[in-house]
Amino acid sequence: MRFVPMTEYLQIDLETERWQCRRCGREIASARENYKTGLLVFDRDPREIHRPLIDPQRYEFTFSPDPQWCRIVEFYCPGCGTMVEVEYLPPGHPPTYDMEIDIDALRAQKAGLDDDAVIPLGRDLPVNFSTQAHSNWTGER
Amino acid sequence: MTNDRTPYSPEEQIKVDEFLAGATLFLGPDPEIMRDHKSAARTPLEEELLSRPIDSDALDKVRKRIVAGLDEAYEMMEQTGAAPGAKWGDLTSAVYSAGGDLVHISSGGVLAFASVLHYPVRFINKYWAQEPSVGIHDGDAFIHNDARYGNIHCTDQSIIIPVFHEGELIAWVATVVHEGENGAKEPGGMPSSSESAFDDGLRMPPFKIFERGVLRRDLLTFLQNSVREPKLQYQDLKVKYYAALRIKERVLAVIDEVGRDAFIVSMRKSLEDVEAEARRRVSLIPDGTYRVNLWSDSTLRENVLLKYPCAITIRGDQMIIDWRGAAPQFLNRAFNSTLGTSKCGMNQGILAFLWPDLPRGISVMNSIEVLTDTGSCLDPTDDAPLGQSLQGAFKAFATTQALWSKLTFSCQEKFGAIIAPWFNQINTFLFGGITQHQEFVGNVCADLNGMGGGARAYRDGEHSMAPFFAAMADIGEQEIIEEDVPFMQLISKKIKRDNQGFGKFRGGMGYEMALAAKDTPFWGFAAVSSGSKFPATPGLFGGYGCPTLPLAKIKGVNVFEQMKNSPENWQFDFERLLNEQPLPGAKYSTHHMGMALELANEGDIFMMCQGSGGGYGDVLERDPAEVMADVEAGYISSTTAREIYFCVFDADTLAVDSRATEAARNAERRARLERGRPYAEFVEDWVTEAPPQTVPYYGSWGDDNSTIHATAWAATGPIKLALPMSQMPPIMLPDPKDLAIAGLQAENEALRAAASRGDA
Ligand SMILES: [Zn+2]
Repeated sequence: MRFVPMTEYLQIDLETERWQCRRCGREIASARENYKTGLLVFDRDPREIHRPLIDPQRYEFTFSPDPQWCRIVEFYCPGCGTMVEVEYLPPGHPPTYDMEIDIDALRAQKAGLDDDAVIPLGRDLPVNFSTQAHSNWTGER
Repeated sequence: MTNDRTPYSPEEQIKVDEFLAGATLFLGPDPEIMRDHKSAARTPLEEELLSRPIDSDALDKVRKRIVAGLDEAYEMMEQTGAAPGAKWGDLTSAVYSAGGDLVHISSGGVLAFASVLHYPVRFINKYWAQEPSVGIHDGDAFIHNDARYGNIHCTDQSIIIPVFHEGELIAWVATVVHEGENGAKEPGGMPSSSESAFDDGLRMPPFKIFERGVLRRDLLTFLQNSVREPKLQYQDLKVKYYAALRIKERVLAVIDEVGRDAFIVSMRKSLEDVEAEARRRVSLIPDGTYRVNLWSDSTLRENVLLKYPCAITIRGDQMIIDWRGAAPQFLNRAFNSTLGTSKCGMNQGILAFLWPDLPRGISVMNSIEVLTDTGSCLDPTDDAPLGQSLQGAFKAFATTQALWSKLTFSCQEKFGAIIAPWFNQINTFLFGGITQHQEFVGNVCADLNGMGGGARAYRDGEHSMAPFFAAMADIGEQEIIEEDVPFMQLISKKIKRDNQGFGKFRGGMGYEMALAAKDTPFWGFAAVSSGSKFPATPGLFGGYGCPTLPLAKIKGVNVFEQMKNSPENWQFDFERLLNEQPLPGAKYSTHHMGMALELANEGDIFMMCQGSGGGYGDVLERDPAEVMADVEAGYISSTTAREIYFCVFDADTLAVDSRATEAARNAERRARLERGRPYAEFVEDWVTEAPPQTVPYYGSWGDDNSTIHATAWAATGPIKLALPMSQMPPIMLPDPKDLAIAGLQAENEALRAAASRGDA
């Protein structure tokens, strides 16, 4: 298997050893590095996503996170603008290197697998990944 | 000085060991037992029996009979238990090898017990077996609750029974129920205000409550005298005892059927087979390190930011779970969680989400190493209060569950689902006081079981589904509950609009609830949840997490009188009650969700919402028809449909304009490309050396887990620290009321000074 799906929006191309967007095919970063280094990042005021549902003039706690304590850091694919990942972080906290993959081990592990192998999303739920894609992109650039 | 002492001879060493063992002043929690979450190696007997051919039919028979017996005991307790927790399935039953390795628990109930119930049995084996004043005899039953000796938390009580076959100790069985009341500082057994280990209520190490089949009435009386519900203490002691006896009968019956040797072999084989399968499954996961950082925003007394980092490293069939860098323990706050309890959270994540099909025994964890900082809130010292140790256990769970989908997305063989984080807090009310039947009670509303499920990679999460720790738990029938307790749910089980983890697939949502006490001379409510400033639950792969959730109070008027006299004023809606303030003369306020028992006058309203599970994937990929279905059902507002999901629709008919929606979504994708900044540039501006000065922050900052940030309180006030955990001084926070008083005093003095200057 050459293109290994690693998340909803990212795959690793074992030949080029690059993270790629599964929606638009854009190369993101070296597979031996943090994929986030190849994404666009935005510091979002959490009140824009989780709006205050009760009057912030009158109440201290309103269903909105406190923007002094919590920011929503959004990561976008620079090719298609898909939101690949979201982190809730205290302001200034470094983004998390969440998937540090041993590429050599991954290659060995996926060696026997066909390119069109079905990888299920749940135990009893075979899903063909090519039918999941947003565009008709099939892995070729 | 050099160590030039000559070693003892073997005979002398035995004498020295005997002397020391006999002279130990206090048999406290034993680190050798308490830090070992794995099953033990084969005994010589097991080694010998396993070297012979194995009868797989007998093995299968033993497994099935045992699980059937455990499920039967589970049903017995659920049907006959007096504790609210028993009625909703917050319990389990267990069978162990003679050495105390937990082999099976019941299919229903709280799976996390599978990782913690072996500790007290090992303690009994190690300390009481040879102790002349105790010993282990046929017919004995031990009772236990203290989490320091192995438990999820001190509100769970267990009965542990040795099983003898022809005079040989051949197995152990146990039953455990979340009893609630345990004589803690607050009613209900989970005091958020406990400030020392002695505020946590009963602290039972394993001791014998039945001797050779006879109940020790003197000890029972002592226990009853130590709790607020003496009748509950007695009834559920009997419930657990007879359920355990039933398992014992089942075990002896299957031994009669297959023989003693086959029974011993099958117990050990079960442990080994589960371990082998768990190791095979770990080896399917791509090698590497997977990380997540979560935060809690509350000690339950005040808002602080507590970090819970987790790095899971996979190497072949080995998994290392690293919680170093977590917030330090607080010596006068209740959220600390013993290492055993923290591992419960981890194992709950494994047994309910990663490998939900594996038999629930201790050896699931044999392939796992756990790294912690001793002195952290996930591995505190024995003097730390544990009243709300669930806070630590829940975050330990949340860190692991948040990572499973990242570990396993590429795996061809899956055992659970790709799923966003489940909600991980018990947003409900505890209560205590005198009922309409003139009984004093203290316990918890089953609404905690209404947690929203995480969204899956292929479908939305389920609303108010189940607590992450008990898939089959129930939220109870409110009308039946009201027969027992003097309060009503004025708003009950109504999904809170916009309380949603947004995403391509949205998280399951939580409901709102409004409580008011009636016809009681004395009543109070408490709450033990975090997540009012910083969301408790994140999303997955571009999905958002849950919102923050407030606790709300409407006090100063009797809502029952208002409903009688001006029913038109009442609103069955959390939002409208607070925004429109329809009850004249009432005082409306919101708070964080840590509330020590607060007295409730008749008709005071206390409100809260269950939390929602995390969303999955990019909101712009959500099917507009699904967005509209949520608007129509009242689950989200039109504003959310427009501004979060970028749907364009007719406000009256909810008909979607597909082309305009696609255009709006494409415009948003372009806007993201505009506003998003390259990572290196973003990090350059964003990352700071230390936590914000204005936030009381605890734990590591960034990837450096060797330095722990904390705000300690010195005589002069708060001081910021950044130290290795080993050098961290004890963290003790002042009473929030004292701080409030000090603030008011300062204000008062300033006003007086200003006034006197004005006079002069
Ligand atoms: Zn893309």
